[in-house]
Amino acid sequence: MSQFHVEDGRTSRPNHNDRVAGILLVEDDPSVRTGLELALTRQGHSVTTFATGEEALDHVRARRPEIVILDVMLPGIDGVEVCRRIRKLDSLPIILLTARGDDLDVVVGLEAGADDYVVKPVEPRVLDARIRAILRRLESASADRVSFGDLMIDRGALKISLNGREIHLTPTELRLLLELVRHPGQVLNRRYLLRAVWDHTHVADSRLVDACVQRIRAKIEPVPADPVFIHTVRGFGYRFSPP
Amino acid sequence: MTWVPTGLRARLVITFLLVAVTASAMVAGLGYQLVRRELLDRAERAAVADVRDTLSTITLPVGASDVVWPSDSTVTDDDLAGLVNALSGPGRSVIMTYGDLQHTSPGGHFTMSDVPDQLRWQAGRRLVYQRLRIGNQPWLLVATQIQRVNQSGAKRATGLTAYVFVSLAEEEGVLFRLRTALAQAGGITLTIALTVALVSARRVLLPVRRLGVAARALGSGDLHVRLPVRGRDELAELTATFNETAAALEHTVSELRTLESLSRRFVADVSHELRTPLTAMTAVTDMLTEDAAGLPDDAGEAMLIVVREIDRLRVLVEHLIEVSRFDSGAAVLRRESVDVGDCLADSLEMRGWADQVKLTMPVGLTFSLDPRRFDVIVANLVGNALQHGSPPVLVRARVDRQGLEVTVRDHGTGIPERALPHVFDRFFKAGSDRARSVGSGLGLAIAKANAELHNGAITVERREPGTLFRLRIPRS
Repeated sequence: MSQFHVEDGRTSRPNHNDRVAGILLVEDDPSVRTGLELALTRQGHSVTTFATGEEALDHVRARRPEIVILDVMLPGIDGVEVCRRIRKLDSLPIILLTARGDDLDVVVGLEAGADDYVVKPVEPRVLDARIRAILRRLESASADRVSFGDLMIDRGALKISLNGREIHLTPTELRLLLELVRHPGQVLNRRYLLRAVWDHTHVADSRLVDACVQRIRAKIEPVPADPVFIHTVRGFGYRFSPP
Repeated sequence: MTWVPTGLRARLVITFLLVAVTASAMVAGLGYQLVRRELLDRAERAAVADVRDTLSTITLPVGASDVVWPSDSTVTDDDLAGLVNALSGPGRSVIMTYGDLQHTSPGGHFTMSDVPDQLRWQAGRRLVYQRLRIGNQPWLLVATQIQRVNQSGAKRATGLTAYVFVSLAEEEGVLFRLRTALAQAGGITLTIALTVALVSARRVLLPVRRLGVAARALGSGDLHVRLPVRGRDELAELTATFNETAAALEHTVSELRTLESLSRRFVADVSHELRTPLTAMTAVTDMLTEDAAGLPDDAGEAMLIVVREIDRLRVLVEHLIEVSRFDSGAAVLRRESVDVGDCLADSLEMRGWADQVKLTMPVGLTFSLDPRRFDVIVANLVGNALQHGSPPVLVRARVDRQGLEVTVRDHGTGIPERALPHVFDRFFKAGSDRARSVGSGLGLAIAKANAELHNGAITVERREPGTLFRLRIPRS
């Protein structure tokens, strides 16, 4: 069970120096919706809520939030489908609120492009920690550009292009790729990547890493099934070694 | 040691053969005895009549008058020879005696020593006969002293005695052939009886064996098994009964299964339904906790109770969902090679237990397991030790040839001996002091189910002081 993460939750008091995130919360149950809205607002976030996926999609198109928190079980189009449709438009971060800890929901959700997931009933400080981890500013300390064949990574502008065409990665995907690129040729295990990218302390959530790597491959690899940039080291982790 | 046939087949065959052999032996024996007696009687009667007829034609003067007897000497050896000739025939041998005179038929190899004394004595009075075996040949010995009836009608012995040996070899031959024929018939009967017995035993036993196989299949869970009903005998009836029983059993079991799956489904549904209100409540518990400090004492305390119980309820519902996932068979294992030390450290760290537990293990221990399930096991075992035991809580891990072993040891009062077998039961409370458990009552059951999904096991032992839980996961 993954909802016990408390690493970042010791400070549940809002820190008003933190930036206030524009959160779009999609949840059909009014009590859950209001409860989470109250809790997240108390933690210093600015929250907009919707009861259906359709409304949320309209809103995303009209006014882009910083992060979307999506319930999976929604009337009408479900959370996974909403996630898929948002991904077609945008690479903004998405956290899934799964009603079950069922593997299938999680896997399907991550494949649809979600950056992270939490299992209901979620403790607000856990959710807050996840939000903050995703929204954490990407360090752009080294303002350089590196090229690996057709792949160009602009570490200053945080942009990726393949054959001169810009590739849109979600913040999580970008952070994972940068983490791998920072250690070229070196195998990074899932536990390390979880901590570095998601701030998760638990190795048990390694599916996040796997799903995210799959998504990056789908975007940058010429043949995702036969990757040339990110290699899987079975039973251990991943290695970035460009051709 | 005597071997008693216990199989139905052997008993059937033996019984059948016994009946067949006894019946045919009795019929044959009785027939043979009747034939034998008739044959021999007829031979005797013929011989005796022949001897009587022959002797009644004697014209010798001996005994014809009272005067010449007994010192009469008119009987000569020639007379005797004549008599012997008259009495002789094929297969016969004759001895005639008169006083000291004795004549034997030519080629006859019998002497008076072949005649039993008793017979010799009896022959003095009347005609006697007896079957004898001389030189391994069957003979009928007819012996009589010739008597004369005088004018006054009185009988008088003549002292002339005839001993006629009639061969019974021919009759013996007939009887021998009869015996042979009967024995052959008996052999044939026996063979037929054996065949019939085997065939009928097979006919009877094949359905029985089929029933046995079907019953075993039924016992091992194949509730669809049915047998074809052939004929209208008792076995067919039994088969029909078996089919009815199997059908009834199948019906009952399927009903029970439906009920069971319904109730499991119900538990799962209830748990899921509870999750939504719990999510709403959990969302605001942190706020309530913060604000409780600002409330009047009693209201603040009430608020904290609500918050605490919501937390318990959350754990309980989560455990119920986990248990119902195991019950429905939806739990799947995803093994991957992981660093056991990292897993253990993460489990403890993310629950804030790292400084309450002493972890001892070699560095770089890798093992193939499902890290999420392993985390659940460790969390429940350590959580149990922290809640019910006393510090120090020690966790040790090692890998040997069999697989991974993790032990969790606390130093509390321990679990009573009689409660040990039940600690993994759902909602089991080990003693009254634990009546109001902090946990859900499902933690250890879930830990055990997760271990078993790995083909592993968790065992529990008493230690002085405390309790030791041992998790073993074999290599995949």
